[in-house]
Amino acid sequence: MSEPKTSPVLDVRGLCVEFPGRHGTVAALSDVSLSIRPGEILGVVGESGAGKSMTGLAVQGLLEPPGRISGGEVWLSGRRIDQLSDKDMQSVRGRQIGAIFQDPLTSLNPLFTVGAQLVETIRLHLKLSKQGAKDRAIHLLKEVGIPAPEARFDHYPHQFSGGMRQRVVIALALAAEPKLIIADEPTTALDVSIQAQITSLLRRLCDDHGTSVMLVTHDMGVIAETADRVAVMYAGRLVEIGPVEEVLRNARHPYTRGLMGSIPALGRRVERLNQIDGSMPRLNAIPRGCAFNPRCPEAGRRCREDRPEPTPVGHGVSACWLNAGGVL
Amino acid sequence: MSDALTVNDLTCNFDVSAPWLNRVLERKPRQFVRAVDDISFTVPMGGCLSLVGESGCGKSTVARLVTGLYRASEGEVRFAPGRSGEPLSAQMIFQDPFASLNPRWRVKNIIAEPLRELKLRNSDAEVMERVGELLRIVGLAPSDGSKFPHEFSGGQRQRISIARALAGEPEFLVCDEPTSALDVSVQAQILNLMRKLQDEMGLTYLFISHDMSVVRHMSDRIAVMYLGRIVEEADTETLFANPRHPYTRLLLETIPDIAEPKRQRSITASEVPSPLNPPSGCTFHPRCPLADARCKSERPAMRSFADGSRAACHRVEEAAAATTKATQAA
Repeated sequence: MSEPKTSPVLDVRGLCVEFPGRHGTVAALSDVSLSIRPGEILGVVGESGAGKSMTGLAVQGLLEPPGRISGGEVWLSGRRIDQLSDKDMQSVRGRQIGAIFQDPLTSLNPLFTVGAQLVETIRLHLKLSKQGAKDRAIHLLKEVGIPAPEARFDHYPHQFSGGMRQRVVIALALAAEPKLIIADEPTTALDVSIQAQITSLLRRLCDDHGTSVMLVTHDMGVIAETADRVAVMYAGRLVEIGPVEEVLRNARHPYTRGLMGSIPALGRRVERLNQIDGSMPRLNAIPRGCAFNPRCPEAGRRCREDRPEPTPVGHGVSACWLNAGGVL
Repeated sequence: MSDALTVNDLTCNFDVSAPWLNRVLERKPRQFVRAVDDISFTVPMGGCLSLVGESGCGKSTVARLVTGLYRASEGEVRFAPGRSGEPLSAQMIFQDPFASLNPRWRVKNIIAEPLRELKLRNSDAEVMERVGELLRIVGLAPSDGSKFPHEFSGGQRQRISIARALAGEPEFLVCDEPTSALDVSVQAQILNLMRKLQDEMGLTYLFISHDMSVVRHMSDRIAVMYLGRIVEEADTETLFANPRHPYTRLLLETIPDIAEPKRQRSITASEVPSPLNPPSGCTFHPRCPLADARCKSERPAMRSFADGSRAACHRVEEAAAATTKATQAA
């Protein structure tokens, strides 16, 4: 690949996650490989059930049992983390990987002031005095754009609005200066005008601190505004990764093209939206070959039999026989 | 074109007072939220009017007032006479297809309920025949009728809700965020289906959404709501080409556009005020870049313009001047 040789912050290689169940084992993620460079925002998009949140959880070691990583490796700044013990993983979470979840009300403890929650997180990971931690907490609140941070320090989560609460969650994620932040649908619970504030805040913090972000969302608009590169997922597999402009304007995979066509555009009006017929297969009934083949307008015999490997195309990677050349 | 629905000076207050004992002991006054504040609009026959706005602006309350699920505090909702001479019959499609279908009923009974309730068919065989027909219209198979809702995906469930709404033979459909619980590729299927039904059955839509791009795709005319009031109403193309109200401009400015990645935007760090205690005068003034003393004290009246749009803003001219300057500079 023609990418600059900087060592990635996060390197996921061939990650597989499975859930054993009564009716057999379900593969939630199958052979997912992606990497994030320092200071880069990687968007991960897909429809519900495509495995985008699962990827974030697996990287953080937060899979709910019986779910488990059944294959592949996760490397964080040159250190393999998928085999760490729970205790070691605990010191990685928060210190090296920050997390932002979808619903800011449930990710904060309603019984403690936001200040107390920030101070707790800071002192757990950094060796600071009580006063030092408080100063840092106020500094963080200020940095994420909360007005009057000294006064807000003593307020409870319910006293904040949705957008302000999400800012507090971002401050918490930043508390120990992690190298990577995993943001799972950070703007989905917010109104559009607030959503724009939060995405531009993420972008700014990423630039200022050199933090990398894995931005998991179903909203292509958010990806377009925020991410540098985007990974598109379908039925637990990665179908395409590439620079945002390239994937949005010139998608290589038929699924990505279909997805783009089905979004009503703001700039122009069409009589009929381009639709992908059918729906994503359930994870226990993924078809043979390419998972997208029953819905794909261009599918051929090969697509129904062999699973396409991710192959480099342009500046990105796409898992489609069309790009591999040859007969379908 | 005649109007299918006329809404005049519609207001809806909700009592959100503390319980009686708390009011007595803690001397709390009664408290009301004005969810819908004196709004008027019309929907032309066979057309589609969309209400857009952020959460809490009262758009869903309007939908429920129009269908009679809530009683208006003041004002009137009037349907024009339909094909039968009686006022148009209205049906509603709800946002969450997981909550709006009874999980214990088979799909055929869910769809048959309006037919039986309104006595639209005589025998049970005719009812079932019509159910099969409706399932086919929305793109499902008649054999799907004997399944339960949990056996369907979100998009298919929304198709079932549409079939149920169509069963009552409505001429007017109120759609309250019909696609916001769905994935984009499924959203496209549902929007295409709704457009097709409109063309084939001559339906009139009142469409509620927070998604500007969906609204642009579906509607002929758009009304923008903010804190219970309509701040601007215009034809779809006019609204997108020439937004008059500063709030409409803010909305259009903040929507991410996939056609223009990494667009530079001026983002105001402000939030929607609480509807419990709305700001004085023009409720948008704390967030408005053009607000002056008059906006703080005096509620702007709705003004009509030559191109058929309406806006409630004291500073429409200044806003227009600001845009022309901005476009010239660019």
